Amino acid sequence: MRYKTFSRKKGQRAAMMVALALPLVIAGWVGGAAASPGATAKSTSSAITPPTQNMAPQKSIGKGEGQLNLIAWEGYAQPEWVKPFENQTGCTVNVKYAGTSSEMVSLMANGGGGQYDLVSASGDADLRLIYGGDVKPVNIKLIPSWSQLRPFLQSPDFNTINGVHYGVSLQFGPNDLLYSTKVFPKAPTSWSVIYSKKYSGKITIPNNPIQIADAALYLSVHEPSLGIKDPYELTEPQFTAAVNLLKAERPLIKDYWSLASAEISLFANGEVVVGAAWPYQTGQLKAEGAKVGDTIPSEGATGWADSWLLATKAPHPNCAYKWMSYITTPQVQAEQAVSYGETPDNSLACPLMNKLQKGSCDSLHANEPDAYFKTIKFWKTPLAQCDNGKNDCVPFQQWQTAWTQITG
Amino acid sequence: MTGVARLSAALWRRAWLRAALTLSPPLAWFLVIYLASLVVMLVTAFWTVNPFTNNLQHQLSLTNFAALFDAPIPAIIARTVLIAALVTITDAVIALPFAYFMARVATPRVRNALFVAVLLPLWASYLARVYAWIVILTQDGTLDWTTQHLGLGSPNIAYTNLAMGIVFCYIWLPFMILPIYGAFERIPDSYFEASADLGARNPRTLRSVVLPLVLPGVVAGSIFTFSLTLGDFITPLLIGSGSGTNLIGNVIYDNIGLANNLPFAAALAVVPIVIMIFYLLGARALGAFEAM
Repeated sequence: MRYKTFSRKKGQRAAMMVALALPLVIAGWVGGAAASPGATAKSTSSAITPPTQNMAPQKSIGKGEGQLNLIAWEGYAQPEWVKPFENQTGCTVNVKYAGTSSEMVSLMANGGGGQYDLVSASGDADLRLIYGGDVKPVNIKLIPSWSQLRPFLQSPDFNTINGVHYGVSLQFGPNDLLYSTKVFPKAPTSWSVIYSKKYSGKITIPNNPIQIADAALYLSVHEPSLGIKDPYELTEPQFTAAVNLLKAERPLIKDYWSLASAEISLFANGEVVVGAAWPYQTGQLKAEGAKVGDTIPSEGATGWADSWLLATKAPHPNCAYKWMSYITTPQVQAEQAVSYGETPDNSLACPLMNKLQKGSCDSLHANEPDAYFKTIKFWKTPLAQCDNGKNDCVPFQQWQTAWTQITG
Repeated sequence: MTGVARLSAALWRRAWLRAALTLSPPLAWFLVIYLASLVVMLVTAFWTVNPFTNNLQHQLSLTNFAALFDAPIPAIIARTVLIAALVTITDAVIALPFAYFMARVATPRVRNALFVAVLLPLWASYLARVYAWIVILTQDGTLDWTTQHLGLGSPNIAYTNLAMGIVFCYIWLPFMILPIYGAFERIPDSYFEASADLGARNPRTLRSVVLPLVLPGVVAGSIFTFSLTLGDFITPLLIGSGSGTNLIGNVIYDNIGLANNLPFAAALAVVPIVIMIFYLLGARALGAFEAM
């Protein structure tokens, strides 16, 4: 088709001009509409409150709606405890599994879209959901086993703002230090080993921007002049110091792991000897016969804590409350903890765990005193607004940008 | 005349109306669903995210495009283009003799078997194929095991840019073989005879007759391999080490969701579009679209 080239070219050029100009025109139009009177963004210096804070939660749990739609981590809605729930309540459970915190946030957009009722969000996503208005207040009095939860998990700052609960805590675990017992006959007492040239090329840490908090936690002890109090609320100089520490660490890193299974094979093959991990990896590796141990070093550790949060547009609120009540009872807490390899929030779950699997209460640290858990700083979404009400903290977008800079 | 008959007569007389009615549903679908979503994405690239509320701010700004020039984004773009180019060249080098054999040497039975062999991997899930390569490339994996038993040491190339390149080459190879096969098949036998009659030996025939006729097929295949590599985010997440292995695709992916930096992700997504526009203009100059 070589003929008519001239007119075809002209037509194409015109089409391309339109295609290139169209976004600008539309952007100008939409931008103009948004900037019209009354629609200008409110002053950003005033304190931000969750948009759903004043929504009145329900006063009682009515009859179930027959359905319950969950967004959950894989393994959080196993038949062992879902089936009995369905039989007891008549609520059929439909689960949408999410692979990442980002996916959970995306699925929960617009209050769950009138489709989802609850999300098993982790601390790094909680505040995003709360301040995004995607989840709404929960009447905690309607959840009887709430009072059995460990005190520090009853109203934690990742799911309770200004005394308003947006869900109920579920399970948690520390991001601990995993090490090869061949290289470390005695457990390392400091996170300094993962920043040490001595183990260059034998270190692994998660491929996750929230890892900047681990560096900040380390600096809060070793560089007290920075004045880091909360590793998730960092001012610009504190943030820069943490990022610089991680940039210096990069040449020492064998792999930034994205999947727990990847870290397990790195340790099993002896490609790394020390790294940041979850107790789950330790359990799997020990079961394979690998010579590893884990510890929480003297600086403390970050940790993840999951909560069931209630969607703003939950279509089945009664079934959702029934689920929150059920999932926090000691027996179900024990089942999930043993099944998934994490620590239950309900303080009465320990003996029931040992019945399900001998020694599981000890290995998952479910019977430790509260002092042990106080060393864990739980994940929460870094926001521009610090806890002291000032707006000089570095928000998560910048954490993501910095993480790309660190990993290259 | 009944209404239906009158309508059909009117349609018969006016060819343009017939064409417009037939084409408008697919055209509307293309415009509304395909182009409109692209335009919305491009518009988003001019917005920003309010750092306090995390909401999108619908105010025109070029900050996201300026951010494309901040380290390490230019290096990531360069790495992505380099890997895409190397993958394309490697695939072309593998596909040329393969497609030649399929089109001009193999018997029909062998040709069918080769077709199945080329297409078979496409029936399996992308993820399954990537995981298979992790098993092959990881330390003490299939590759290491083999080389160790041959006394060649252990290459241990999992979680490197090389590993990503190998996986891309494997995954996109069928998209290169098929257009080249088509190009070879379209060369009439008489061309070879004419070339021989004029005294050209095999190398000369290959250089002066076959390659110019096959080149559009190679360019057509390269459009697939190049653009698919440019946008992929799963392989860098699974095969890359995270350290010095970021590609455009996974950086876009990382900025959506929890980070909610949709505007920056959209601005970065414009980069492969612009690269592909230039690539396609170049491909058109080489006549690639006649071979597709």
